[in-house]
Amino acid sequence: MTDVVQLFVAGVSIGAIYAMAAIGFVLLWQTSNTINFAQGEFVVVPAFAMVLFFVVWKLPFAAAFLATVLVSTVLLGLVVKEALVNRLLKMGVLPLVIATIGLSLLIRYSLQQFWTPLALPFPAVFSREPIRLGTIILSWEELMNVLFAGVVIGLLHLFITRTKLGWAMQAVAQNRNLASVLGIRVSRLVTMTFMLNAALTAVAAVLIAPIYLVKYDIGVAIGLKAFYAAIIGGFNQIRGALLGGLLVGVVETFSAAYISSHFRDAFALVILIAVLLLKPEGLWGEKEEWA
Amino acid sequence: MTPGAAPLLDVRDLSKHFYRLSALTGVSVTVEPGELLGLIGPNGSGKTTLFNCVTGVLQPSLGRVAFKGEDITGLTPDHVYRRGVSRTFQLIQLFSEMTVLENLLMAAQERRGTMLRRLFRRAESEERERALRLLDFLKLTHVTNNLASDLSYGQQKLLDFGMALMPEPEIVLLDEPMAGLNPTIIRSLVEHIRELNARGYTFVVIEHNMEVVMSLCRRIVVLSQGEKIAEGAPSEIHANARVMDAYFGG
Amino acid sequence: MRRWLALAAGVGICALAPLVLEQYKLYILSLTLVYLILAIGLNLTLGYAGQISLCHAAFMSFGSYAVAVLAPYGVPFEIGLIVGVTLAFGWGLVLGFPALKVKHHYLAMVTLAFNIIAFLVIRNWESLTGGSYGISNIARPAWGRLSFQSDRAYYFYILGWTAVVVASAYWILTSRWGRAFRAIRENEMRAAVVGVSLRNYKLMAFAIGAAYAGVGGALFAPLVAYIDPGAFTLDRSIQFLMMVVMGGLGRFEGPFIGAAVVTILPEALRGSEGLYLIIYSLAVILMMLFMPKGLVGIWDGAVGWLGGGKEVPSTS
Repeated sequence: MTDVVQLFVAGVSIGAIYAMAAIGFVLLWQTSNTINFAQGEFVVVPAFAMVLFFVVWKLPFAAAFLATVLVSTVLLGLVVKEALVNRLLKMGVLPLVIATIGLSLLIRYSLQQFWTPLALPFPAVFSREPIRLGTIILSWEELMNVLFAGVVIGLLHLFITRTKLGWAMQAVAQNRNLASVLGIRVSRLVTMTFMLNAALTAVAAVLIAPIYLVKYDIGVAIGLKAFYAAIIGGFNQIRGALLGGLLVGVVETFSAAYISSHFRDAFALVILIAVLLLKPEGLWGEKEEWA
Repeated sequence: MTPGAAPLLDVRDLSKHFYRLSALTGVSVTVEPGELLGLIGPNGSGKTTLFNCVTGVLQPSLGRVAFKGEDITGLTPDHVYRRGVSRTFQLIQLFSEMTVLENLLMAAQERRGTMLRRLFRRAESEERERALRLLDFLKLTHVTNNLASDLSYGQQKLLDFGMALMPEPEIVLLDEPMAGLNPTIIRSLVEHIRELNARGYTFVVIEHNMEVVMSLCRRIVVLSQGEKIAEGAPSEIHANARVMDAYFGG
Repeated sequence: MRRWLALAAGVGICALAPLVLEQYKLYILSLTLVYLILAIGLNLTLGYAGQISLCHAAFMSFGSYAVAVLAPYGVPFEIGLIVGVTLAFGWGLVLGFPALKVKHHYLAMVTLAFNIIAFLVIRNWESLTGGSYGISNIARPAWGRLSFQSDRAYYFYILGWTAVVVASAYWILTSRWGRAFRAIRENEMRAAVVGVSLRNYKLMAFAIGAAYAGVGGALFAPLVAYIDPGAFTLDRSIQFLMMVVMGGLGRFEGPFIGAAVVTILPEALRGSEGLYLIIYSLAVILMMLFMPKGLVGIWDGAVGWLGGGKEVPSTS
């Protein structure tokens, strides 16, 4: 029983981080029909930035964190949107998909070539002190991850449901043409969504760096998990991405403990397939009809 | 048209809900062979939804649709098409990157035969001739090889109409065929429909253009907010207070 | 007319190539032809029928492993190829079913999942596939005393199959099936309403594309002589996706250009010491920015300048 609770908390902890990447991913899809194949790399870049600011330049944590978020938001939000998305969006889904694939390769191999192919250790953000609740041992880091991610996602939820800008985002997600006719500057809104996504991935990066270590190729696994989470949870709902991320984290943690490494990936995939066959719009998603 | 003969199209108690929105409630309509039925009603009354349910684009929530005595409720659109039901669309739905001729050939090729036959049979002279004759009938011969997306709105509507006729259907459902067309084209289209009806084609026409409906159709069905509120000859509909209310009332 | 001349010129160049090219370059050309076959398959599924498929490498693996596993038992290469193609076709049908229910991003995920599953199965089914150790010394075809073992001979063997694939793809795409595929891509709902059985055509789009991948896979195995699960990962499927999109989606010439660029460009850049992947990915991004409809635009420009004719294929 203690094992189950410990594993569950650990699963939720890492799941919350996946959820942030997944939510950003879903936001991009909803507001601009972008399938961002470079989402994993969008986590790696701020992770490296954090190494630069916090470890190499030894800035205080808060300053390093803010600088990272800033760099991420500008580079991966503003610049990517203006340079790539503006031109490619009108050509349909696929050219942008290929461009994001190219972008992910570019980031990955540039980091490998110009920074380092080695894994960089990252100091723990929160203390790794164990907390005892009866027989259950949890780590401070796990709980703080959940708390931190929870706060960020909570703020995001408030932003989307309570602010004018958030409403505008919802409007664009539901019907871009109508939103435009109603006076919403769609292009500017999409830029803000990209920047929001970059901020989310920056937060995810800071939380995940102590766990995964910082290496040029961790983006592949993270990006894939964000996809799984978005698909399982439901691509057209933020709530779905959140729950999907948590689910992916929990399943991953449990199967790492109970299932041999041979079959671990297979187990996760079986779940994915079951969802896709039984409820293709995602566990919390909504069906899309034709007319 | 012999009295007592089975209707060509028989819609019984059709209902369609979208979540909490009721687009159609208990609508029953029959269409006799060789008829020219008008379907009118204010915007949002469910006319296109009715067409969508009949042609398989939407699944009805309740009710039955029968064509030539056979139940076609819930069949996929391609099956309904092969039984002999064809339609046009309110919003232009063409194959924009194909030529006008290809659009017409596309409308003919799946009507009969099997998949395998279609792979091997490459000669299309019969369909091609029919398409060219149709283009002549519609006065579109000069754009035969133009891309559908290059056509003017009026030409696209005529092409849509042509596509509905290509498979030699038994019933043609026209969804606002006159919308946005200039009076000259409207007049010629009305003539086309009359001529085809005389040749034996059955039509159901959704229209907002009252002049056209009243002069073209011998029987009219009126929908309002998803329900049938009146049915009868044009003169009866014209005098019906409830119909006036639906269109102009509160 | 000019396009047929270009085709004849292309065939001529391909026939003469072995006389001029040294071994490694001939290998790259052979590989390009194999990838061309694979790209033609994906172009049919994705470019013509509009069905997104991220598991092309999995279909390829059926061809490769069928040949590799059966060859040591004395089974002729051609039989191995047929077995592989049949398996690929069958699984292509299976993958077609989700395509009926879901669209775009969901379909991308289903096919992506299938690719990963296939990879895992190959890796874990050691008794059949040799697992991570792979299968080596894959024999090249032989007809009695005529052996295609030498690089030059095998190159011509591959060229022969490429011709078969190109001709059959052209035949299919200029038939009514081709028109139906394009209708589905243009306006799926309208296609259904004019009688196109979305179910049958989508299944065929997947199955035929997969079958071509099987052919490519079968030819791939003896070319590289050693296969392991790593050759059929998601990255490989994405590579084919890039070929088809960068070449020109839904255009017959697209796979030719795409396969050539994606195969030859990294080779041409190899001299730049580790930077080549960076330059390559930059090239991909730039190509998409400036030629989002594919490099076939350049081809059209060149043909137009020489006074060429209509787009291929058309059916009217």
